[in-house]
Amino acid sequence: MVKKICKYAFLALVLLFIYIPIFVLVFFSFTDTKVLGDWGGFSFGLYRKLFTNSHLMTIIGNTVLLAVGAGLISTVLGTLGAIGIFYSKKRTKAALGFLNNIPVVNAEIVTALSLALLFAMLSGLSIGLSKTYFSLVVAHVVITAPFVILSVTPKLKQMDKNIYEAALDLGASPLRAMMTIIIPEILPGILSGFMLSVTLSLDDYIVTAFTKPNGFDTISTYVYNAVKVPVNSQVNELRALSTIIFLIIIVVAVLMNIRKKEAVK
Amino acid sequence: MRKHLCIPYSVFLVLFVVAPIFIMLFYAFTDAENHLTLDNFALIFTDITVLSAALASVSVALVATLICLLIAYPVAYILARSGIKRQNALLILFITPMWINFVMRINALKEFFGLINLLDKSPYINTIIGMVYDFLPFMILPLYTTLLKMDKNLIEASYDLGAGKFTTFVQVILPMSMPGIVSGITMVFMPAMTNYVVSDILGRSQITILGKLIENYFMQTNWNAGAAISMLLLAIMFVSTWLTGGFKDDGAQAARGGLW
Repeated sequence: MVKKICKYAFLALVLLFIYIPIFVLVFFSFTDTKVLGDWGGFSFGLYRKLFTNSHLMTIIGNTVLLAVGAGLISTVLGTLGAIGIFYSKKRTKAALGFLNNIPVVNAEIVTALSLALLFAMLSGLSIGLSKTYFSLVVAHVVITAPFVILSVTPKLKQMDKNIYEAALDLGASPLRAMMTIIIPEILPGILSGFMLSVTLSLDDYIVTAFTKPNGFDTISTYVYNAVKVPVNSQVNELRALSTIIFLIIIVVAVLMNIRKKEAVK
Repeated sequence: MRKHLCIPYSVFLVLFVVAPIFIMLFYAFTDAENHLTLDNFALIFTDITVLSAALASVSVALVATLICLLIAYPVAYILARSGIKRQNALLILFITPMWINFVMRINALKEFFGLINLLDKSPYINTIIGMVYDFLPFMILPLYTTLLKMDKNLIEASYDLGAGKFTTFVQVILPMSMPGIVSGITMVFMPAMTNYVVSDILGRSQITILGKLIENYFMQTNWNAGAAISMLLLAIMFVSTWLTGGFKDDGAQAARGGLW
């Protein structure tokens, strides 16, 4: 019994460490004060400030657009890639699997610098001009597509290969067999690959900072530039933004948990 | 033919993963006038800025990784051995923060540190806490996956054969959790050496880790020195991944892919 209490006390302690900063931020998002910790009475002031800050709203829109756009490209490229790699010869499979793992295990700064150097070289101009929407999207596909491959491949391995053959024997064209047999079988992998791509893209700072056009900001680059020394401006509406993001994530997490439970049933 | 479907992605990989590495290699071995040189690498081992950044990186990363392991192992162990019903819900509690944008998470920690007057204390301690805060799920997930797959009969067998709890843990459980430990360490150590967002925001830019140094060189358009340090990091990554068999197994997938 004591052991059990100790176990759960330990888990609770770790969870406290993880959640306290978030909860403090959520709490103080409901009062409109400059410094966190001052309580100036309950107010939605920071939320009003957030939604009327058109600069910040554009940044949020950009971030989501980039994440979904790069996520879609990664999902298509990665799904086709995964199917192709799965049916390739052993050596091709090994080689592509190896290359696919490079961006996964590489330090982000190394991927970021290598891409920045490539685009600088391609444009043959100064760094400032090589940063475009193209380089940004490509860079995000580089860091997200490998995860689509890693999500889809296990589903391909689980698939019953005979069904595809049966479809061909029954007269389906390869394209039709692919669309009606393989794609539905691996759909859960494709979806989780897409979700993962979007999450990773939303989360990224370093690669974005090295490849984004000047003047373009995502939430990550904006927050980093706003809070780091020596600028350190108090953008207190970020507290409201954190709270909203946290709420969305809680809802998604609960929904995912329900979906998983139903899948188990 | 289905195998031809991998052509677009193969071309993409060659253009945007392989080619950039070779370009970086070129910069690492040349000077500003494109003449072949080893000066960039000589700089790494002689320049005091680089050496102190390397020292800061390694010390911060070592401590952060160790703390992550010490916290994550018991967490993963308790989670893996709790009932099926609670397992998922509990795991989700630990992983959910991973979905929040990491710069915003670090900012939350910064504001919290400000609240409890910790911000201006030690930049090292703050950075380490930030790294642990940020990378803890990367350690929990692979450990949890490994511990979940562990054959419980072996533990029973160990007890039946008269081994005590401690012996069973050291001789049976720990060796069996090695794959998880190794992939957790790789998932935490490298980012902890290079993710300068944490050291900039929580360490108030008072610590320069290797990632920051590369960024500094890049900003000063000293591409060659930055490329040389990056090549070294790339080499370390290759060797450690090769040694731990990470190019084959799905450790990285377990750590990051476990999200969805």
